[in-house]
Amino acid sequence: MPNILAVKNLRVSVAGKPIIKGVSLALQTGKIHVLMGPNGSGKSTLAQVLMGHPTYQVTSGQILYQGKDLLKLDPTERSARGVFLSFQYPNEIPGVTVSSYLRMIHNKRFGTHLSPVKFRSILDKKLKLLKMETGFLDRYLNDGFSGGEKKRMEMLQMLVLEPKLVILDELDSGLDIDAIKIVAQAVNSAYRHTKMTVLLITHYSRLLKYIAADKVFVMRGGQIVQTGSHKLADELEERGYVPFGE
Amino acid sequence: MSSKNAGTFRLESDLMGQRQLQASAKKRTKNPLNRDYKAKYGFSQPERHVFKAKKGLGPEIVRQLSTMKGEPSWMLDFRLKALEVFFRKPLPTWGGDLSGIDFDNIHYYIKPTAHPERSWDDVPREMKDTFERLGIPEAERKFLAGVKAQYDSEVIYDSLRKELAQEGVIFISTDEALRTMPELFAKYFGKLIPPNDNKFAALNSAVWSGGSFVYIPKGVVVKRPLQAYFRINAANMGQFERTLIIADEGSYAHYVEGCTAPVYSSDSLHAAVVEVFVKPGARFRYTTIQNWSGDVYNLVTKRARVEKNAIMEWVDGNLGSKLTMKYPACFLVGEGARGEVLSIAYAGKGQHQDAGAKMVHTAPHTSSSIISKSVSLQGGRTSYRGLVSVSPNTPGVKNRVECDALILDSQSASDTFPTMQVNDSSANIEHEATVSKIGEEKLFYLMSRGLTEAEAMSLLVSGFIEPIVKELPLEYAVELNRLIELEMEGSVG
Repeated sequence: MPNILAVKNLRVSVAGKPIIKGVSLALQTGKIHVLMGPNGSGKSTLAQVLMGHPTYQVTSGQILYQGKDLLKLDPTERSARGVFLSFQYPNEIPGVTVSSYLRMIHNKRFGTHLSPVKFRSILDKKLKLLKMETGFLDRYLNDGFSGGEKKRMEMLQMLVLEPKLVILDELDSGLDIDAIKIVAQAVNSAYRHTKMTVLLITHYSRLLKYIAADKVFVMRGGQIVQTGSHKLADELEERGYVPFGE
Repeated sequence: MSSKNAGTFRLESDLMGQRQLQASAKKRTKNPLNRDYKAKYGFSQPERHVFKAKKGLGPEIVRQLSTMKGEPSWMLDFRLKALEVFFRKPLPTWGGDLSGIDFDNIHYYIKPTAHPERSWDDVPREMKDTFERLGIPEAERKFLAGVKAQYDSEVIYDSLRKELAQEGVIFISTDEALRTMPELFAKYFGKLIPPNDNKFAALNSAVWSGGSFVYIPKGVVVKRPLQAYFRINAANMGQFERTLIIADEGSYAHYVEGCTAPVYSSDSLHAAVVEVFVKPGARFRYTTIQNWSGDVYNLVTKRARVEKNAIMEWVDGNLGSKLTMKYPACFLVGEGARGEVLSIAYAGKGQHQDAGAKMVHTAPHTSSSIISKSVSLQGGRTSYRGLVSVSPNTPGVKNRVECDALILDSQSASDTFPTMQVNDSSANIEHEATVSKIGEEKLFYLMSRGLTEAEAMSLLVSGFIEPIVKELPLEYAVELNRLIELEMEGSVG
């Protein structure tokens, strides 16, 4: 099984301060990977760099996505090639309705010109999967949404865009157990249907009760300190991050 | 209590400049606001007129104009006195830069046709072509209650649906109103905005021509909008239309006006006066989408007198012109009267939109709100200038002002000049102002979902002005959003 993504010796700084200090990892096509680690370990920075956030400076190293240099692409082009990042803190976009926005990104991704009615029929199933009321469609994007609603809106966008590589940044933060089940179900459903590759970034292992991981990386101090199977996550659950320290 | 404060906001150059997309370096190209303006609105027709006054202003021009219109002597006197006021008053210096206006280089009166036509077929070809290119007759067929089209100084076409005329609705040119209903006219004309109100009201009073006269009888509800379209065709033209509206007790109507002009290299002047009388229990909405070309000085005085339990709404969109100074006002003179202003200003290269509102509360339990949104880019400047005043012994007054400015680059600026004169301690006054830029995080968020930078920006700008756009008639809303899309394509590399 080839790797969809290969990160080689990556070093990243923000405003001159090194955050990621030489990370190498490979994501196998069609597998579910988990990146765990304590706060401040550089997990979210890695997620942002993979999507192309302009604030982070890659000082050295390489990221190959489907064999191509990902760092040469802007976020728009990365999205067009199937990279998707579910944000830890999705932005609020007042004045832009969910329905027109979703149709816009769908038409953009697939080069279609679906009418609002036609697009609605595509959306209905996805809304149901996420247990979202159709009233969501008339609201402004993430504007005044609760934490749980924002995460479901991220999952809805994932389902609409059908990405190849999905990076889930702290998908479970701020969610109660029912909401965790719902978003996990969305990930599993998309995974089954599209055989996408997943990089799940999380502080806790509780999401792993609902999403079966193939591989686990542990990050600390800007480096990958351990790699293993899903058993590694169980171990972390019991013993915390301390044994993986410097 | 009296307070006044002002501030100018300018983004530091690093705010937008620091954005470096990791991959491809993007360069910004400059493109003026309304970059398809010339093709869409900026065309001109060969001039054809039955009379054109020579450039410059003096009593002889005023006499000539009044004589040609066959006006009663009181109107000529009114005009001549106003002209004196105009010459006497200095140019205001508190607002935008007016020093570029060359009052001697302007034609103050151009009469395009002998009289307005009631049938579209009878309108001269050049003018018909102009308004057809601007989509006016089509809009009339589809959704309007009546139309008035003014070309340079005179209304050249007017129409009103039969059933409205039968109900007693009057929608004629202001000149015609002076001729055909002198008593009603004299009762209201100049009563709300006298010539000595300000220099440009005086100028308008001296050389006014055209404009709409609207009367909505008691209890009559006009569901479709009444539309006026103002077009300047000649170069170095001064357009001074005068609009007078009376919404009688318990009536409702919505009046919409649009304005465009050809692109010339020399300046034109538009100085209108609009007086609206809203009688007890009536509701009147006045919507303006001003998209003058970038060589027009747009200096307009608009005021409404709002009586007991009546509502006046000004929806004021300023997209075009070189300089606009316009502050629609509501004089809330009857208990329970309400005034609203929704203002949107868009200033690109070489433009200054100095817009705002005035709410004057002189009766108890009156309420008002002002919502102002402005976008400045490519060196444009927007200013919010507002006045809220509350008279003594007027309990229960409420007012809310919200002004939000969006500044898209470091060359552009926005100011706010709110003035409050509150003389009754029971008044509830709220003022909120925000200045923002297009957030880098929001751009990144939208781009990560596949939108280009330009698409993401236009979506954010559209979202910003959405609360006002949704109040516009559909055609205008669509047009406005399309304009912004084009704009963003042009402003992002």
